[in-house]
Amino acid sequence: MSIAPRKPPLQLALRLKRALGGKTGWKGVAAQIAFAAILAWIAYEVVANARTNLETQHIASGFGFLNYNAGFDVNQSLIAYNNSDTYWRVFFVGLLNTVLVSVIGIVFATAIGFIVALCRLSPNGVLSRIGGIYVEIVRNLPLLFQILFWYLAVLAALPAPRQSISIFGTFFLNNRGLIVPQPVSEPGLYPFLAALAVGIVVALGLRHFARRALFQRGQMIRIWPYVLGCLVGLPLISMLVFGWPLTFELPQLKGFNFAGGARVIPEFVALTVALSTYTGSFIAEIVRAGVMSVHKGQMEAGSSLGLSRAATLRLIVVPQAMRVIVPPLTSQYLNLTKNSSLAVAIGYPDLVSVFAGTAVSQTGQAIEIIAMTMGVYLLLSLTTSALMSIYGWRINRSMAA
Amino acid sequence: MKCASLAVFLAVAAAALSGQASAQTLKTVKDRGQLSCGVSQGLPGFSSPDDKGNWTGIDVDVCRAIAAVVLDDPTKVKFVPLSAKDRFTALQSGEIDVLSRNTTWTVSRDTSLGANFTGVTYYDGQGFMVKKSLKVNSAMELNSASVCVQTGTTTEQNLADFFKGNNMKYEVIAFGSIDEAVKAYESGRCDVFTDDASGLYASRLKLANPADHIVLPEIISKEPLGPMVRHGDDQWFDIVKWTLFAMINAEELGITQKNVDTMLKSDKPEMKRVLGTDGNLGEQLGLTKDWVVRIVKAVGNYGESFERNVGTGSPLGIARGVNNLWNKGGIQYAPPIR
Repeated sequence: MSIAPRKPPLQLALRLKRALGGKTGWKGVAAQIAFAAILAWIAYEVVANARTNLETQHIASGFGFLNYNAGFDVNQSLIAYNNSDTYWRVFFVGLLNTVLVSVIGIVFATAIGFIVALCRLSPNGVLSRIGGIYVEIVRNLPLLFQILFWYLAVLAALPAPRQSISIFGTFFLNNRGLIVPQPVSEPGLYPFLAALAVGIVVALGLRHFARRALFQRGQMIRIWPYVLGCLVGLPLISMLVFGWPLTFELPQLKGFNFAGGARVIPEFVALTVALSTYTGSFIAEIVRAGVMSVHKGQMEAGSSLGLSRAATLRLIVVPQAMRVIVPPLTSQYLNLTKNSSLAVAIGYPDLVSVFAGTAVSQTGQAIEIIAMTMGVYLLLSLTTSALMSIYGWRINRSMAA
Repeated sequence: MKCASLAVFLAVAAAALSGQASAQTLKTVKDRGQLSCGVSQGLPGFSSPDDKGNWTGIDVDVCRAIAAVVLDDPTKVKFVPLSAKDRFTALQSGEIDVLSRNTTWTVSRDTSLGANFTGVTYYDGQGFMVKKSLKVNSAMELNSASVCVQTGTTTEQNLADFFKGNNMKYEVIAFGSIDEAVKAYESGRCDVFTDDASGLYASRLKLANPADHIVLPEIISKEPLGPMVRHGDDQWFDIVKWTLFAMINAEELGITQKNVDTMLKSDKPEMKRVLGTDGNLGEQLGLTKDWVVRIVKAVGNYGESFERNVGTGSPLGIARGVNNLWNKGGIQYAPPIR
């Protein structure tokens, strides 16, 4: 009985089969191709049908409108903007306003969340009770209601421009916002910034060097005098050589409002406060859950090493808790970004208000504009997710090490 | 707000996809037994619900008149309250049969939205309201003012044009709804509230102390307000257009809610033609012979509707002004019924 050697299977075909069809083999491949084809056909029909119907109903379509003049004004813009700019520019003005309120909101929400969570976990009964009350009140009221509350509360508490609260005659607070002196760049600005940048780089290098010396050779090197010298000394020298980097334009009351100076509008303040306190209450619960998930033996181990409670939390417990905290924390960041679209209720000029609001009504091109707006939120959310994933991956790596 | 936008987007997408030929609005309305009419979210005098949910106003009367001629019952109307920025999408998507929501007739809206204006119910213009305590007497004194406005209207562009044209600075705060804009104005966030003049008078009624606020004399734009219908259904376009024209013609001929029954016995040829005792003009429109009678019985003639809703007899107390008939010093003019 002779055994004919079995032919080795063709590697490439096999791999392809497995990649495309999984365990079901070629049948699976065929099914997948058919499914993809059906999806593509549906997508094509959706687009083509929508286009013909828009044409037959004589509804304007296409993206040409983006190059037309917008013709309306916006009361807060991070880039230069006036009413003879295009819809493209309006789009970026709204986008930047959304990003601004989201980023600042995320920073404050995180700080509030961590502080409240530590309060709740504190052995001090009063502190933990206060933390608990904060969380239960703030997270259980609708966000839109809170935004309106902060807006109207802030407005009602502040005086009219002519009765502004003046702080040293340079800062003014009234119901048009907080007016601060506007920085004006001078010739000394660029050398100053360059000196500061050099100082920061050198200081970071020194820190890296000192840490290596500590971890590898156990040497303690005192670097703070050099760091201070770099961060303060270098810019100081540049100022002595090139003159002041900035001067300040002071606000002055003219007519109804202040002229000159920069202004933080109350809509921005109200929206940021509402978003960060609201999201902060959710983050507090996430952080608390994360910290509680760390075995209490870790806390005891810390105290047995003679570390203070704060140091144990900072060095031992919170780093381990971060692994549990990061994924739900990401969801909260995404929620905050998306919730910022409630801005239209209080007249903060975010993307939804100026672009998906005013621009839609002026051009009538709802499909294009809403699609663009949804694309932006998707992109913002995916970017946030990606950054948080990288952060989570680094934590896991350092835990494993 | 994002949810609303999304809903609107889906509605448009669905309408675009369904591909329904919209040439049968009359039949659709008759089959449904109800007219779906887009109105404002509450603008006294134009369209606003009372505490029992009954809608009244000059825009509401147009809806009721259409329901009267099509369904012989002015109460068979479903009022759909719409924000300024959602109104056109609701019309495009077929959610409403007619938009009667203080909407300004402009060339871009007439051409790029897939909809047509059918006439002018009210000749309006944009104005400014300020607190009396500011001691401002003219819009030219508003340099550096903060201005509250409702987003999604023609007012934002007019505002920019006015201040730019007069070399004045200003700050605009645009709110999603008119109530929020008025609330911010009242709380002192803005010096000025701007809207169509009729809207200013209506909003002033909602303020705590209406007497503390004045509407400045300058009118900075032309705002002819009128109903809109979708493109592609000429019969429906004619019905909506001639319903309004019939109201204006009725006033011109002196036909009122009270005297319409005695007028039916008139043997003046023009009166007989209009009221359908002679000829078949109503049937040519796809309606019945007595269509004008139904309109006048339901809501009265144009002048009666004006006086009842916005005129000197109403809380708004707006004078007829340019909205008077062409032969009485105004510019309201309807083509003749013959």
